[in-house]
Amino acid sequence: MTMTVLKTEPASVLPPAAAAKVLPLPKPERAFFKTSVLPKLKGFATSVVPPAVVICLLLAVWEILCRKAGATLPPPSRVNADTRELIFDPFFDRGGLDKGLFWHLSASLQRVALGYAIAAVCGVALGTLVGQSMWAMRGLDPIFQVLRTVPPLAWLPLALAAFRQGHPSAIFVIFITSIWPIIINTAVGIRNIPQDYRNVSAVLRLNPIEFFYKIMVPSAAPYIFTGLRIGIGLSWLAIVAAEMLIGGVGIGFFIWDAWNSSHISEIILALIYVGIIGFLLDRIVATLANIVTRGTAYN
Amino acid sequence: MAYLQIDHVDKTFRRGAVETSVLKDITLIIEKGEYVSIIGHSGCGKSTLLNIVAGLTPATVGGVILQNREVNSPGPDRAVVFQNHSLLPWLTVYDNVRIGVDKVFGRTKTRTERNAWTMHNLELVQMTHARDKRPGEISGGMKQRVGIARALAMEPKVLLLDEPFGALDALTRAHLQDSVMALHQKLNNTVMMITHDVDEAVLLSDRIVMMTNGPSAQIGEILDVTLPRPRKRLEVATSPAYLKARQRVLEFLYERHAYIESAA
Repeated sequence: MTMTVLKTEPASVLPPAAAAKVLPLPKPERAFFKTSVLPKLKGFATSVVPPAVVICLLLAVWEILCRKAGATLPPPSRVNADTRELIFDPFFDRGGLDKGLFWHLSASLQRVALGYAIAAVCGVALGTLVGQSMWAMRGLDPIFQVLRTVPPLAWLPLALAAFRQGHPSAIFVIFITSIWPIIINTAVGIRNIPQDYRNVSAVLRLNPIEFFYKIMVPSAAPYIFTGLRIGIGLSWLAIVAAEMLIGGVGIGFFIWDAWNSSHISEIILALIYVGIIGFLLDRIVATLANIVTRGTAYN
Repeated sequence: MAYLQIDHVDKTFRRGAVETSVLKDITLIIEKGEYVSIIGHSGCGKSTLLNIVAGLTPATVGGVILQNREVNSPGPDRAVVFQNHSLLPWLTVYDNVRIGVDKVFGRTKTRTERNAWTMHNLELVQMTHARDKRPGEISGGMKQRVGIARALAMEPKVLLLDEPFGALDALTRAHLQDSVMALHQKLNNTVMMITHDVDEAVLLSDRIVMMTNGPSAQIGEILDVTLPRPRKRLEVATSPAYLKARQRVLEFLYERHAYIESAA
């Protein structure tokens, strides 16, 4: 720091030599500004300005298109005016289904969390079995390959028939949607454990449990997390559709309810929230993956 | 009484109806504290032989006897230093050694003792400075040092080296050979090393086992290297005994059992 101050002093501040007494004050500030504030601002600008510009352009196009008389969708200004209450007071609760967006989103997130957690545990366990055992793979893999192509919502009637209630059925749909990529990726990860690591564990005489925790999980972690990341995306896709059908509190039902009462602006707002939350969920799993698999990446 | 005995070992690999005989009637006795090299052209089954001793590959016929007990599954009493180091990339250098120490001495040593033993072995290979680094952050020679430390830390009855210096550049290799020689001098452990480098075999070994070409490779000749220890690379290089031993191995490999590409 002091070095840069000394260096910049003669070059940048010497010219106004008349005001010699005021010099000491602005100098360090400028150096600080140049060395630490400016780069941060630049980084901020390069990552925020382009999307901001694009968003503004899109909003402008949307506004122009939907302003005309006879437009079927509201322009952004209308959306903003219509949903002010929902945006600024997400926590109201007037009983029944008339709740703020926070409550709807949190209900959906809870379902996803539960369904996804069960899928993650079962998926990793089944994937390990299929990856480790030739017979399990021969027996189970064809079944998985067929079942994973069944669309999530096709499971819903069956789930409703089995559970007789909306809530567990929605959780089941999340579970069944997100488990396949977790199983398949885990199995591939386990099958790809290098023979070297197996040899090392054989020489060390690791028992199966130690082998699982010390070799298998860390070695397959990148694959497992790929599966988990695809899984969380799919489960968030499925929850909205499932909730539209089962009703109750939840962002999917909120959208369907808004459509039934012709509150198009509310639908648009809900979509924005769904998108942002989906993005955040993906980022959370990706960050977790980075933390857990640091080290496995290079060798 | 023999310390390690490889007794009439045959190995055939079977793929469908096709049977390939890799090793045929291998019998070898290794005494305690001896440094034995197995040398041969690639594809002659010398790595298979090491894997059989390690217990990683079962012998088709015959067996391996270590201190009067047959060994047929892998274990830390026959620690292997693999050619490609095989360190676990998600563990630090320290933890890579410690995992073996914990497994072997988990019951007999306290936590502090195990820590001290791990550090002691890292010190033997001069790797204490990198204890918190991960394998991806250190050089190939350093990785191999850690591999050696991991094997030594298990206090094996036999140390098995599978072309341990094969993937290293010449300078690093020479440096590491000197380290291994010094370790052998200090610890007097029994070593069986696979190599395809004649100078390495002569410099390091008490005996050199020369294998004929496969299929059905056999032990062609066993050469005693009578050079006194400790051996110094530069002094030894000009001594008549060294040159003679080197000549014998070269003649075996390139005249009597020259490598034929199509045979492999």
